[in-house]
Amino acid sequence: MTSPVATIPTRATEQGPLADLAQETLALTRRLFLQLVRRPSTLIAGILQPLIWLLLFGALFSNAPEGLLPGGMGYGRFLGAGVIVFTAFSGALNAGLPLMFDREFGFLNRLLVAPLRSRRSIVFASVIYITSLSLLQSLAIIGTSALIGYGWPSAAGLALVMLTLLLLVFAFTALSLGLAFALPGHIELIAVIFVANLPLLFASTALAPLSFMPIWLSWLASLNPLTFAIEPIRAAYAGGPLDLGGVMLEAPYGAVSGYQCLSVLFLLAVGLFLLISPLLNRKLA
Amino acid sequence: MPVIELQQIEKSYGPVQALKGLSLTVPRGCLYGLLGPNGAGKTTTIRILATLLEPDAGSVKVAGLDALREPRAVRCELGYVAQEVAIDKILTGREMLQLQGDLYHLRPAERDARIADLIDRLGMESWLDRRCGTYSGGMRRRLDLASGLLHKPQLLVLDEPTVGLDIESRSVIWELLRELRLQGTTVLLSSHYLEEVEALADRMAIIDDGRVIAEGTPDQLKQRLGGDRVTLRVREFSNEVEAEQVRQLLEPVDGVRQVVVNRAQGFSLNLVVDGEQVLSRLREQLDAAQLPVFALAQSRPSLDDVYLQATGRTLMDAELAVVGQRDAKQERKSSMR
Repeated sequence: MTSPVATIPTRATEQGPLADLAQETLALTRRLFLQLVRRPSTLIAGILQPLIWLLLFGALFSNAPEGLLPGGMGYGRFLGAGVIVFTAFSGALNAGLPLMFDREFGFLNRLLVAPLRSRRSIVFASVIYITSLSLLQSLAIIGTSALIGYGWPSAAGLALVMLTLLLLVFAFTALSLGLAFALPGHIELIAVIFVANLPLLFASTALAPLSFMPIWLSWLASLNPLTFAIEPIRAAYAGGPLDLGGVMLEAPYGAVSGYQCLSVLFLLAVGLFLLISPLLNRKLA
Repeated sequence: MPVIELQQIEKSYGPVQALKGLSLTVPRGCLYGLLGPNGAGKTTTIRILATLLEPDAGSVKVAGLDALREPRAVRCELGYVAQEVAIDKILTGREMLQLQGDLYHLRPAERDARIADLIDRLGMESWLDRRCGTYSGGMRRRLDLASGLLHKPQLLVLDEPTVGLDIESRSVIWELLRELRLQGTTVLLSSHYLEEVEALADRMAIIDDGRVIAEGTPDQLKQRLGGDRVTLRVREFSNEVEAEQVRQLLEPVDGVRQVVVNRAQGFSLNLVVDGEQVLSRLREQLDAAQLPVFALAQSRPSLDDVYLQATGRTLMDAELAVVGQRDAKQERKSSMR
């Protein structure tokens, strides 16, 4: 080989598997972010909707008698935690949509013809994208609720908020990606998202504490994963020293500590990823 | 060593058997045409080659690799241009190619050099930085061809690459395919355009109802299946009696398979003959019988004649037969993961 051009390798076979995996995951993630930047309506709607909740719902009960809520919290501050969680949750629930469209329009087939190091990179890219998007939207809500006077957690509190949201987002992203492969089309997926969204919000402690609820609903709410995310975040907003060992939820079946809330979310995330794993293996085989 | 070896491939979609023991061998460096009507099994065959589908039975070898055991290795050697181009409308063509390059693990510098080269070869300069959603059919197909070629595959597989394209795009694609063949890339393309296969292919197979029913170079196929065609007029306007007399005279001539009197063409005679020498023998025979010759012309049969002989119907009739029978929605669903 005398020509300098000919010495450039055609295919980067000598690049390691990890570098390959990083390259393909990065490229797929980049595509999703390019879509977001050029079509930002998802991002904007995802911030506007919880913001409207926060403003309207917060105002609805702003004249409730003081001392009604646990810890003497104002309703706006109480609601803040719920809306932050709702934002992250809705975002994660939509994780499967881009994948579903790729399935339907045949773009996924284009990806599958390429010699991907692991087809899991398609899933990784979705998880990276939706996690960043959901956290970004939640941060926007955190910032706005601070601006309208609903408070701001401490540094440790903020770390707890982020950790909690991360676990929640992972769990529901897994669920949504699983649905995106299990359901026949985007209409069905949107229907499931639509049906799941509000009931899960209402049957949680996002809008009202357990003590306001009839006993059957308080059972539902204290089994709802959203509640396990809302309570640690609410504790982070409550001010004062943060004690994860302390009781955060007085559930009908007993007291639940902060650690237990986080463990439930962690197990849920791991469990859901394990649950969808065989499906992904089959669909991406 | 052949680049493609398919043996006894069977594939069913539910109750519909799309491939019924299809076998195909494509030699290296060949521009190979897969001719057949819609619904014959071309797309299924190509999707199996592209490792998107697994056959129910049979063996698939691409570039010496077992596609069922080492699909990833096969994907590295193969460029695939699908029939229905799935592109991301919101990305520009260049971004699509960059994505494609990354999925094939090209280094950024080499990837961009390849893109620049393909921009030149496919004339994409003026529109590649526009969003794909604004592209015409021809632009999309050129972009798709570029992404199939980005990683310099030794085999390029195209499913009906010029269906519904404008003449300019079609000629650009034909030109590129010929160029690729000269540079040693093996090309397999499916088509239901006779002219396309005729103009491009070194070798071809006719697929009908999930099987290969004829295989060879276009010339071989014509020779083997069709014989040559001879049109004879003893005078400009003959009559039935004379035409019948000539028919009886010529039918026993060595190399003549069939003589048909064409009433619609002034009682001319259409003959199917074997070989080049038949024409002179016909002349001798006519001279001996002291008959005049107004016109005597020999022509090769067209691929349509070949298709007709092999399947008992013309390609056009076969196309018409499946119109309305195919459920595009169902097909799209079956290709969905």
